[in-house]
Amino acid sequence: MDFFDIVVSILGSTIRLSIPLLFTALAGLFTERAGVFDIGLEGKMLAAAFASACVAYLTGNAWLGLLGGIAVSIIFSLIHGFASITNRGNQIVSGVALNFVAAGLTVVLGQAWFGQGGRTPQVSGDGRFTPIILPFADAMREVPIIGPLYANVISGNNILTYLAFLAVPITWWVLFRTRFGLRLRAVGENPGAVDTAGISVTWLRYRAVIAAGFLCGFAGAYLSIAQSAAFIKDMSAGKGYIALAALIFAKWKPVPVMFACLLFGFLDAFANFMQGKAVPGIGEVPVQIFQALPYILTCILLAGFIGVARPPKAGGVAYTKER
Amino acid sequence: MSTASVPLPNWITYGLMPFLNLLVAFFISGLVVWWIGENPFEALRLLIEGSLGRGDAIGFTLFYTTSFIFTGLSVAVAFHAGLFNIGSEGQAYLGGLGAALVALALDKYVPWYVTMPFAVIGAALFGAGWALIPAWLQAKRGSHIVITTIMFNFIGAALMVYLLVNVLIVPGKMAPETRTFLPGGQLPKLDWLMAWFGLKLGPAPFNVSFLIALVMAFLVWVLIWRTKLGYEMRTLGISPSAAVYAGIPYARTVIIAMLISGGLAGMMALNPVMGASARLQVEFVGGAGFVGIAVSLMGRSHPLGIVLAALLFGILYQGGADLSFEMPNITREMIVVIQGLVILFAGALEYMFRPTMVHIYQRFKRT
Repeated sequence: MDFFDIVVSILGSTIRLSIPLLFTALAGLFTERAGVFDIGLEGKMLAAAFASACVAYLTGNAWLGLLGGIAVSIIFSLIHGFASITNRGNQIVSGVALNFVAAGLTVVLGQAWFGQGGRTPQVSGDGRFTPIILPFADAMREVPIIGPLYANVISGNNILTYLAFLAVPITWWVLFRTRFGLRLRAVGENPGAVDTAGISVTWLRYRAVIAAGFLCGFAGAYLSIAQSAAFIKDMSAGKGYIALAALIFAKWKPVPVMFACLLFGFLDAFANFMQGKAVPGIGEVPVQIFQALPYILTCILLAGFIGVARPPKAGGVAYTKER
Repeated sequence: MSTASVPLPNWITYGLMPFLNLLVAFFISGLVVWWIGENPFEALRLLIEGSLGRGDAIGFTLFYTTSFIFTGLSVAVAFHAGLFNIGSEGQAYLGGLGAALVALALDKYVPWYVTMPFAVIGAALFGAGWALIPAWLQAKRGSHIVITTIMFNFIGAALMVYLLVNVLIVPGKMAPETRTFLPGGQLPKLDWLMAWFGLKLGPAPFNVSFLIALVMAFLVWVLIWRTKLGYEMRTLGISPSAAVYAGIPYARTVIIAMLISGGLAGMMALNPVMGASARLQVEFVGGAGFVGIAVSLMGRSHPLGIVLAALLFGILYQGGADLSFEMPNITREMIVVIQGLVILFAGALEYMFRPTMVHIYQRFKRT
């Protein structure tokens, strides 16, 4: 493989690895902007992946699978909302709890229903989101530089990939150009002011967590019925936390979220590529360095060494109407 | 009037309400078991038999209990200072490195009772060291401790895998683990303690670190309720601004609380590394750090409550393992579900029943 082919192949897998991060980080953007911390992104993604795979297997329809994933993910969001908004419970404890419930329940139910050690049966045909070849992809292939990039990186992804990138401007528009978005951001900064204006803090925050559930549903469906063809135990493998890191890295802004997810996806893709290869002059770089890099970068950022990541002011605090 | 401010007697707040929360968590777990087509009561019977029915079963139960006491105490100490330490898992993992290095260095030369104190110190130091950076970041740079400790769990896991695969591995072996410690680096089993009760320990790895755990529980009680530092930590936990106003140094207290928390988490490694497998392995912590969150929440961050909650989770872990043999339809992950539900109801939905309780209590008081 010459250098350019390598670049194309790494960029291709960067896109594939970024998509679940992107959906999940955008989900976190909605709740955290509304002042509800969401450590449970990981669990929602995992539960959605399981539900998508189950429904897609039973119906043979990927879209129904996606709907199943979204439904389950929203149920998890509502439990988080009930605990942290209605009952004013600790948001982090609730998120941690839901991660456990998702991690356990998916395997318990998977084993009970399908008897394959917590896996779901393989989904095939219409049960999966398959790659879409964009127009002229084959004709363009011969064009130098742009051709292979178009054919192998931009074209040939499944519909959810394009939806993920579409979700970025939509999220930006909803949050920064609609009345709902303005109120949602306000409730994360100063819920008291929103309440004084006669707008329900509770209902706004519930809508924010539902939006997050909706997006995590896409992330889960992507994992189980687009990227792979079945649910596997713990298949989210910490991506929810990386998404959280990306969200902080992007300082809670939609477009930077996309770039942060692409960066973390690239690190992952590059790590896979570098496995067992030596860097000239340095020797073999341990793959664990790339794995740990997103977390290390986030810690350095959080410490204020590369700009300040300032979270929404009312994040993590339950709103009490009056004392 | 809001029900949140009505005082309730302690036995309701610390006894009845956690019990009710636990009951709901178990009830829902029972529903899950029923949903997958098994009898919940039969499952419960098998679970209790599998964890308390025989000597070796009790031995395994107490082995898990030991780990959970350490991690539960770790989460609780930080919690008293208002810090939610999700990083006990990573701190315990690094603690294993500390314990293993001591065991590897000394096991050829001295008997276990000489190695042990150094191993305790080594494990605690490495665990505390891994908590130091998140603590410093929280105290001085204002980064959220929850986020940084989560990040440090992952960084710790990557670091340990690197060390075990590339540095500590026995040359020529495939498995990423250290060499087996000689008896000088192993903690002896507590078969004599079991024999007092007429029980045979069998192959169960119940060992001396259980006693260390009980001592630590007592020391944590002394620290939190009988020392100036404990008082300062609790003040900080209840109101950081009041604490600072009262002249309690914020940064120092946060860092010390996290160091103690990390040290306790690190000591957990003594149990599996030196008490059971006699070598350092990949992922030996096995989620015990996260169980500590559930244990601490259920035990209301009190050492006595933590020991009891750790015992309950020990029963769940050992009983659950046995149950998955007897009922193949129920996998071990059922424990993780129960754990999640306990955290949800005993932690996040802690006060769900409070308004109802207040109503009932007031009605009884009037008559």
